[in-house]
Amino acid sequence: MSEILLEMKGIVKEFSGIRVLKEVPFTLKNGTVHALMGENGAGKSTLMKILNGTYLKDQGEIYIKGESVDIKNTSAAKKYGIAMIHQELSPFLDLSVASNMFMGREFLKNGTNLIDENKMNSECIKIFEGMKIEIPPKAIMRDLSVAQMQLVEIAKAVSTDAEIIIMDEPTSAITEEEVGKLFKVIDDLRNEGKGIIYISHKMDEIYQIADEITVMRDGTYVGCDSTKNLTYDQLISMMVGRSLDQQFHKTFHKPGEVLIEVKNLTRKEEFRNISFEVRSGEILGIAGLMGAGRTEIVETIFGLRKKDEGEILIEGKAVTINCPKDAIEKGVAFVSEDRKSIGLNLIGSIKENITLANLRKYCSLGTFIHMKEERETSDEYIKKLAIKTESRNKLTGELSGGNQQKVVIARWLSTNPKVMILDEPTRGIDVGAKAEIYKLMDDFAAQGNCVIMVSSEMPEILGMSDRVIVIHDGKITGSFYAKEATQEKILTAASGI
Amino acid sequence: MKRKHNIGYYLIKYKVFLIFAVLFIVMAVTSDFFLTKANLFNMLRQLSINGLLAVGMTFVLITGGIDLSIGAVLTFSAMVGCSFIRNDSPYPVIVCILVTIAIGITIGFINGVVIAKGNVPAFIVTLGTQLMASGGALLFNNGSPIPGLKDSYNTIGAGNILGIPLPIIIFLVVLLVGVLILKRTRFGRYTYAVGGNNLAAEACGINAAVVKIKVYVIAGLCAAIAGIVLSSRVKTATPLAGDGYELDAIAAVVLGGTSLSGGVGSMWGTVVGVLIIGLLNNGMDLLNVQSYFQDIIQGLIIVLAVFIDVNTNKKQR
Repeated sequence: MSEILLEMKGIVKEFSGIRVLKEVPFTLKNGTVHALMGENGAGKSTLMKILNGTYLKDQGEIYIKGESVDIKNTSAAKKYGIAMIHQELSPFLDLSVASNMFMGREFLKNGTNLIDENKMNSECIKIFEGMKIEIPPKAIMRDLSVAQMQLVEIAKAVSTDAEIIIMDEPTSAITEEEVGKLFKVIDDLRNEGKGIIYISHKMDEIYQIADEITVMRDGTYVGCDSTKNLTYDQLISMMVGRSLDQQFHKTFHKPGEVLIEVKNLTRKEEFRNISFEVRSGEILGIAGLMGAGRTEIVETIFGLRKKDEGEILIEGKAVTINCPKDAIEKGVAFVSEDRKSIGLNLIGSIKENITLANLRKYCSLGTFIHMKEERETSDEYIKKLAIKTESRNKLTGELSGGNQQKVVIARWLSTNPKVMILDEPTRGIDVGAKAEIYKLMDDFAAQGNCVIMVSSEMPEILGMSDRVIVIHDGKITGSFYAKEATQEKILTAASGI
Repeated sequence: MKRKHNIGYYLIKYKVFLIFAVLFIVMAVTSDFFLTKANLFNMLRQLSINGLLAVGMTFVLITGGIDLSIGAVLTFSAMVGCSFIRNDSPYPVIVCILVTIAIGITIGFINGVVIAKGNVPAFIVTLGTQLMASGGALLFNNGSPIPGLKDSYNTIGAGNILGIPLPIIIFLVVLLVGVLILKRTRFGRYTYAVGGNNLAAEACGINAAVVKIKVYVIAGLCAAIAGIVLSSRVKTATPLAGDGYELDAIAAVVLGGTSLSGGVGSMWGTVVGVLIIGLLNNGMDLLNVQSYFQDIIQGLIIVLAVFIDVNTNKKQR
């Protein structure tokens, strides 16, 4: 029953003379979920973009059901039954679900150019029923959750008779409950005999859903095997080319004086009576489900949101923080959850991004920038944090996710903070860069500072925190020391049971 | 690690300058009069008005904004300012200059506050102030120009220093100050940061609203200076003097590689843009091109130049 649906052979791709894919093979059988793994920059996305017609391959062959095909563009890919669900969805937010579903292939009233809304809505319901999901076809896309948008996107792929469905990090922005629903849909698709290529950094998901795994590293094919034959450690060492004995670089530092204390912090509708303290040398983990109010809490501490009630004390003194500038002056730094929207200026250089929060320091009379000092500082941080770039003048938008995150961290380290707040510090970052960022956090705490880390990744919370607080529905529902914290306890507190 | 670049790289990077060079050579070959000192100075004197406006416009466009009011601000501020410097008025030149500049700064400030604090789109706000300033300029002297200005004032537009016309010197000084502010000061860096990513800039402790207000003040100030230079050169303040000048300024800035969506741009690029437009106007006059045709050709060249610019910058897939 299991026949080969797709075979890619010796795929080569070059960008301005640099070979980013070196004769990569890839084979997908029907009725399977095939995980494609590797660090960021390993070439997974490039390979998939060749498959869906976004890029043209320089060498190699692609066979679908044994027939050689030439995928010239994305519409050719669609014709061959290939659909890709991108990591960052780009639906038409103000149009209805049905309009999105049939975009570009609308039903028309007989003999006219007028759109047949009724037919589109009823066809939409039929497709959803087939997938056992419930989304009203007339709903406006903007009102859906990210997970629902994803399901619409998958339904669209299914309705175009796609046989090869590529999913790029589909769970990066949805809750665990929604992941369950998504996996059920994926499971049904597998049973119908479709081939699913699943890109993800999340190990537990891979073991839950994938039948086979192909690993890539630095643009080359490393290996392919069925999931049950690969242990976690084997998989990691295939991806990074070395075995990571300890992914989490965490050392214990004796807690010193209290650096930051939050008392009864409240923002009506978002969170209530949040109190905690963090001492020098400590890393405080803030766990909880998406939407529990964690980001809102740390953004309020940093002055991006205004508190309704409560107090913030830094090194024992009550401080007023009305805007980020106040927080920066008090020695608080904030690495945001979404580095693209409120972190980096992607069309600015690495240098400009590193010095932006502390530019006054490199200025005489508070006005004129000392170019040399600025260059030296940015070079120092590029070196210290091992940011991979040929020049400090490279645009941050051209860097990989891990290196972008390092630029943000470099910026905040350069302000000499006492308190570093990191919101989802390793989201969308590959294993190697993750380990480097953990080490940076640990080093920072070791120097007598403290870290507040918001994270949805359980291993990260357990591996890096000295203490963990858990937020559910805007309230603290659990507080643990590292040695007593377990996944079960945290999950129980996070779901508010 | 430094990469060596071949000639092709620089040709692509500075292609706007190449366009200018080509136009320059074409003119030098086709017209005997073009390369004379008198003509070159004349051309520079004429383009200094657009140059002054374009310096201010560069700041505005880098923040991702736009200022449609500067042509009208030029007119209105000069009309009011010149009413203080008629032959029979008792005030010294400096009063006229200060009044003109104060009006430019005030309108710029109003633009900036409504845009940054009131969250009204820049296009709408400056369209509104453009209409109000044009109306005000006509109303001020019942639609009539203000001629008969004092000689001491007219020297600004007609005088020379070391044989170089004063308008050119004023433009150069404003330009160099603009370069200094944009490239070397904290405010200049914040201008790019706000245009590149407003939210990220605010999260870095930058008061984005203040940065935006400042760029519109600069645009208003530049417009007022241009108003002084223009009215003193023609020895009259006329109520339609700056009509449509904002579009020439925007064209020059965009020709120079500044992005309309903000975050990208340079003052030197703007200079080349100003030179191209100035050269086109001067060249077509010399070649006796009918003025209706001049507009058509200028429009065509602006779109063509930006087309080339955008399409050679595209990343290869």
